[in-house]
Amino acid sequence: MVNDTSFAPWTDPDAAPLIEFRGVSKRFGEFTAIDALDLKIYPREFFALLGPSGCGKTTLMRMLAGFETPTEGEILIDGQDIARVPPNKRPVNMMFQSYALFPHLSVRDNIAFGLKREGMEAAARDARVDEVMRMVQLGALGSRKPHQISGGQRQRVALARSLAKAPKLLLLDEPLGALDKKLREETQFELMEIQETTGTTFVIVTHDQEEAMTVASRVAVMREGRIVQVDMPERIYEAPNSVYVADFIGDVNLLKGRARQNGSGVIVDVADGVSLTAEGEAEGPVTYAVRPEKISISGERPEMPNAVRGKVIDIGYLGGSSTYHVELPSGHVVKAATANTRRVAARAFDWEDEVWLGWSDTAGLVLQR
Amino acid sequence: MRSPSWFNVTSLALGFAFLYLPMLILIVYSFNGGRLVTVWAGFSTRWYAELLRNEAFLDAAWVTLRVALISSTLATILGVMAALALVRGGRFLGRTLFSGMIYAPLVMPEVITGLSLLLLFIAIGMDRGIGTIVLAHTTFSMCYVSVVVSARLASFDRSLEEAALDLGASPAETFRLVTLPIIAPAVISGWLLAFTLSLDDLVIASFTAGPSATTLPMKIFSSVRLGVTPEINALSTILIAVVTTGVIISSLISKQAIARKARDERRAAR
Repeated sequence: MVNDTSFAPWTDPDAAPLIEFRGVSKRFGEFTAIDALDLKIYPREFFALLGPSGCGKTTLMRMLAGFETPTEGEILIDGQDIARVPPNKRPVNMMFQSYALFPHLSVRDNIAFGLKREGMEAAARDARVDEVMRMVQLGALGSRKPHQISGGQRQRVALARSLAKAPKLLLLDEPLGALDKKLREETQFELMEIQETTGTTFVIVTHDQEEAMTVASRVAVMREGRIVQVDMPERIYEAPNSVYVADFIGDVNLLKGRARQNGSGVIVDVADGVSLTAEGEAEGPVTYAVRPEKISISGERPEMPNAVRGKVIDIGYLGGSSTYHVELPSGHVVKAATANTRRVAARAFDWEDEVWLGWSDTAGLVLQR
Repeated sequence: MRSPSWFNVTSLALGFAFLYLPMLILIVYSFNGGRLVTVWAGFSTRWYAELLRNEAFLDAAWVTLRVALISSTLATILGVMAALALVRGGRFLGRTLFSGMIYAPLVMPEVITGLSLLLLFIAIGMDRGIGTIVLAHTTFSMCYVSVVVSARLASFDRSLEEAALDLGASPAETFRLVTLPIIAPAVISGWLLAFTLSLDDLVIASFTAGPSATTLPMKIFSSVRLGVTPEINALSTILIAVVTTGVIISSLISKQAIARKARDERRAAR
């Protein structure tokens, strides 16, 4: 994991952020793309903006690059308001979703484009181009034109071009969206490595939650122009602050019910005879959330704080794991995932079997919004 | 391969005959030795030699060439600017009106364009000559350029320009280093279109030319009214040869470019 415990500048109130959004709004006519948003991103972070299409994550990134100006509020980079600074004067570079490689220039000239605009002399420029081409493992493709190389190679050229000027901040707009799954996973780890060796702050926009969880030091989950939660990937997954975040990241069982306090814990009455427990404090209508992989499935009543009985109505076989859909007498369907440590022919439960589901009270979460 | 039916062969032959027979006759008779246009009197190139001694025709050709070069260049500059404003300018006040008006000369009868320009030149007291023909040709051919260029700009990936800005290029550098090289084929074909339009325009030139300047189409037209001479045939043959060569060269170039691109893409995919 990149999230070693020593790197957490967001927990230090004295740490100076690299980027700060202060009450930023962006409206396109009647439509509000970004709504009074506050956000701090710290140096050397790998920050992910995650959300469905239309949530405002791309607009947020385009404001950082300078292609959109905020309607209200200010954006600070290193304490300087840059809202009115044009894109060509910002210490920020962007890797575009479409790669946006200049079709009439060779790979080398594409990578050298920004350095030439800077007025860097030819010898230093050549050395820098060689350096970034080695960094992204671009072998001997320098003289090719963009249409003469494969999609994966184009992705590397785009990355090299945006890294060449050694920006303070690198923006990545769905950088791996056009690659196939296997190449995407390899490239994610390469991106993390490059981020660590260069020490550049990365902001990545993605709708792929696994990608955000893999690469990022912190993830901001966005919805309709607002940030719903900003936190480390494991906190986003284990401690979502809302039904929206819990449902957006990974698989989850959501059960509506009424909460009542019981000592140090909470009891949520989901249906007649189905009362579930969790830690924390809550009162009134809530949603009880529990992840499928935290639920164990057994033939006998388990010795656990939460135990419910039901009937297997569906089994989803995913190779490494299987998801059992279990119907409770109340009509609720709860999903439980188990690792397939044995071959399928030897599995313990089948369709229509009566089973017990059990989980601890730390596995359950009570969500009030 | 299936052998073509008699019907197809006949219709193809008739079609080609209809299109090219008049030109073929013109070319054949340009090599006629006699003075009469329709009576064959043996092969000769004397009319080509006569043509080179005819000052009036040579002057007209020179005027036409200058007008075409200057007006097509001006039209290209203005047409590209108009296309940029229309496609890139966003929603400015009067955009719809402007985009409608830029296409109007395409459908306007040439007589009207010529007449209105003539009235304008008289009103502002401008001496008619090469200058007024150039202005007139620029006016009507710039909208053709802007149509061709705006089609290319509309299909242009906007993020290419953003990438250039992002890498530190100023808006002017972005245009020079990224936009222009990519739309260059459209700009060149727009220029060629404007050049050809100017080269063979008769109507508008007749309205806007003064006594001091006569273009080749005007000269040919006025000579023919006194009877077709073999000299005109020779001149027309030269024009046909020039145009044909140009068309063949440009199609060969674009064909090669397409073939090269396809080959590169096949190689990259491997």
